[in-house]
Amino acid sequence: MKALARLWRRLPGTAKAGVIMLVVFLLIAIIGPEVIPDNPNVTTPLQAAAPSGAHFFGTTQTGQDVFSQFLVGVRLTLELAFWVGVIATGLSVIVGVTAAYVGGIVDELLSLLTNVFLVIPALPLLIVLLGFLNGTSAGQGQLPVIFVLSLLGWPWGARVVRAQALSIRSRDFIAAARETGERSWRIIVFDVIPNMVSLIAASFVNTVLYAVGASVALAFVGLTDPSSWSLGTMLYWAQLGNALQIGAWWWYVPPGLAVALLGTALVLLNTGIDELSNPRLRDARSATRIAGRRVWPTDPTPVFGAPHGRGGLAGFARSFSRKSLLDEAPVTAGNPEGR
Amino acid sequence: MQFILRRLGFYLVAAWVAITLNFFIPRAMPGSAVDAVLAKFPQLLPPARKALEATLGSGDQGSLWSQYVTYLGHVFRLDFGPSLSNYPTPVTTIVANGVYWTLGLVGVATVIAFAVGTGLGILAGWRAGGRLDRSLPAMMFLQATPYFFLALLLIQVFGITLGWFPVAGAYDGINYTPGWTLAYAGNVLDHAFLPALTIVATSVAGWMLQMRNVMVTTVGEDYVVAAQAKGLSDRRVVFTYAARNALLPQLQGFGLALGFVVSGALVMEIVFSYPGIGYLLLNAAASKDTPLMQAIFLLITVAVLAANFIVDLVIVFVDPRVRTREATR
Amino acid sequence: MSPVLDIKDLSIAYRTPGGDVRAATHVNLTINKGEVVGLCGESGSGKSTLAYGACRLLRPPAVITSGSVLYSGARTGSVMPVDILRLPQRDLRAIRWRDIAIVFQSAMNALNPVLRVRDQIIDATEAHLRLPKDAAREKAARLLDLVGIPRERLRSYPHELSGGMRQRVMIAMAMAADPEVVIMDEPTTALDVVVQRDILAQIVELKETLGFSVLFITHDMSLLLELCDRIAVMYAGRIVELGAAADLKDAAAHPYTQGLLRSFPSLHGARRELAGIPGTPPDLRDPPQGCPFIPRCGFARPGCEQVDMSLLPVPGGRSPLHVTACPFVTAADNATAAPQQQAAAAEGALS
Repeated sequence: MKALARLWRRLPGTAKAGVIMLVVFLLIAIIGPEVIPDNPNVTTPLQAAAPSGAHFFGTTQTGQDVFSQFLVGVRLTLELAFWVGVIATGLSVIVGVTAAYVGGIVDELLSLLTNVFLVIPALPLLIVLLGFLNGTSAGQGQLPVIFVLSLLGWPWGARVVRAQALSIRSRDFIAAARETGERSWRIIVFDVIPNMVSLIAASFVNTVLYAVGASVALAFVGLTDPSSWSLGTMLYWAQLGNALQIGAWWWYVPPGLAVALLGTALVLLNTGIDELSNPRLRDARSATRIAGRRVWPTDPTPVFGAPHGRGGLAGFARSFSRKSLLDEAPVTAGNPEGR
Repeated sequence: MQFILRRLGFYLVAAWVAITLNFFIPRAMPGSAVDAVLAKFPQLLPPARKALEATLGSGDQGSLWSQYVTYLGHVFRLDFGPSLSNYPTPVTTIVANGVYWTLGLVGVATVIAFAVGTGLGILAGWRAGGRLDRSLPAMMFLQATPYFFLALLLIQVFGITLGWFPVAGAYDGINYTPGWTLAYAGNVLDHAFLPALTIVATSVAGWMLQMRNVMVTTVGEDYVVAAQAKGLSDRRVVFTYAARNALLPQLQGFGLALGFVVSGALVMEIVFSYPGIGYLLLNAAASKDTPLMQAIFLLITVAVLAANFIVDLVIVFVDPRVRTREATR
Repeated sequence: MSPVLDIKDLSIAYRTPGGDVRAATHVNLTINKGEVVGLCGESGSGKSTLAYGACRLLRPPAVITSGSVLYSGARTGSVMPVDILRLPQRDLRAIRWRDIAIVFQSAMNALNPVLRVRDQIIDATEAHLRLPKDAAREKAARLLDLVGIPRERLRSYPHELSGGMRQRVMIAMAMAADPEVVIMDEPTTALDVVVQRDILAQIVELKETLGFSVLFITHDMSLLLELCDRIAVMYAGRIVELGAAADLKDAAAHPYTQGLLRSFPSLHGARRELAGIPGTPPDLRDPPQGCPFIPRCGFARPGCEQVDMSLLPVPGGRSPLHVTACPFVTAADNATAAPQQQAAAAEGALS
């Protein structure tokens, strides 16, 4: 608990904001669907009504309550992103560590595989895959989306994990463990992986970010099951129901804004982790105000109490040619104004 | 030189993987998926139906290997057959029409965004902690916003409410005919403005954030301090010493991010009904027009790979260490 | 004759959220024309901070909290000195490199990886000498000749050179604008011994030819004893002893200097036990009262906490210019105290 508190204090302000936003979303996801005012599927005669006391976020073209859809949507989207994050990160750790530890031809092949899947653009491939599955019995529910997203989400993390695992592997304590006859899998699980926890955490956050964006995009174009209420599906129906043309902004703004805020929260969190590990980023942010004045990295070191190169010193010689200085009085410790 | 050849080899392997994936995906799909495609086009004439079954691998097609060879032959002859939803127009014709729109819009917008974003990033990195940094959270928000959502907002505000810009299509087909006229060009730009703005707004943020972080790290390097010790002007220190070095990781990031930028732009085309290949791809997926779908997928993939290769060439040109590093391997 | 560089009462601190870290406190140091002055101390003693701070090259959160740095080289026309710390930025940039040049510690890091050697040298000449292009190139070529590097290397990138060559390039670059003072920050620490010898010989030769003064910063006392005219010893941000090299070698007066001298073997003379200096330097965020060396000093006594660390001539010393911050110990105590110091230091470290 104390370690958590210490970590919290070290986070920059923006990262703290990110964590708070995430917590809010998590709360919505957990509690939300339990307290929805209406069933999101139920249609009412109140078509495309603006937000009101009865419907906080207004209604859709068919009179469904947007607020209820929203609450359910947050949970569904987060759930989906979470599972993709877990599976993809798990895959990336397995591939990365195996490549690093086994080495040789296995490493070459796995690295090639990773790089190939990194460079092939994911969304078009996802569209093709889901294009086939959509509307069929195999394409029902969230599983197909989770499946294909995880399939394409592991390469990024795998590359990073492999690099880190390689550097750990070359450290002395691993060699010592091997010498004492410890079995390979034990070394991996108990020595290598615990040293990569922060890296794996950052990788997980990134994967979740990717999953949220990709799943929302795929749902928006109608390639996922339109009967389940994720944030992306809401946007799909909004587009289909011509929300723009009828001016029903309350239909598409909440889910879209939620996705943007969720993404922002994750990016802020990642920035915080970045700053914690890269001291230069931290210093850049905090160290530039000295004695009330802003100091840029390319400025000379400030001299306390001195006018910092302005005012009366402007009268000082502009160049150091032999001629000009004879005309000016010198600047010495006792005569800082050059008079 | 060695380095370039290695990279070329890698991209060729990646292209081959994509082509092969394209071959296997319909064959890896559950039977119900393939049936769904065939069921969607009951009115096909027998030769067309046979061709479709060949691409899907359904029915009796001979050995897997012979199918693969036939498939490769088709791919290299750029023969993808007719589009199912636009029967009998060949796939290649449809794709060719869409490519120009996407290339123009996405290509130009991405380059502008990269240039502007990198420039802002240099400024933000050099003056880290200053006024520009206050815009960082807003930048992160922009970066996290899905392209298509921003598109919806822009349409709502500028297209519908204010009526400043058209909200659909690449040009007004009723009043303008395509051709090298100023009026047509003006109309095209009019229609391209909001989509371009969407792409630029979202990706500028990403490039700026990335460049800023790289710059901050670079400005802390010893050779920048040495440049200051040499009494060089601020401009030379920031550009020739700091920014030129920071540009290298930034370019590498550009290559990696290309895939994402293209992907985002594709979905955005649907919102604007912009007739680029994204719009075509998504319509093809919705109508299960598999030949068209697969052709566009290949096109996009190869294009991204080619762009990555070009970025690699630029990096070799800009970073002297790469040539030696690879030579000494 | 006034010194070329006169550092007066310079104090430098790092402003951290936890308080000011006093990296240098009330330092006084002078460098005369044509002189080689050594600055010795362990890591964290403030020697690099002092040198860079004097040129105002330290990055935030460093602040200069007091003092002045008076420069009076031949180029300033009048004989009156200029205070570097109070110059406007434009003049500071003019004085940098042209009058005071720096040779950095790690040449691999201090050279711009994407610029050719020629361009990096010409940078310096262009900023200060305003030579036409051909003259600048010729000068760069001549500078490489000076340090013994083949002219073809002008077109090389830093990563294509060996460690020794890179360091020579750094030295050549430093000569580019004919400086009066050259600050050398551990120029040979990262190199192997043979190359070290070569580089040092080169530096001495250049100094004889071009007549600049040198401030040589290192933790290697043995090097300084051979190379320098005068040596300053720094500990915990303060100068604790200052004097001619010969005086320090034969009659070091401060316990810390004595400890340093005892820490390396010599090729001549009787075998003796190598003694280190047990303990660690103090936390500069919260400097102790009086002398910072107390916990590690074999001669510590109750009066040490009232010492104000001002540098006074060594009693019974050979020259009045040999000064020390310790009022209690003299050179005479040096020889006899050796074995006792070890025991006392051990005791001191425990208390």
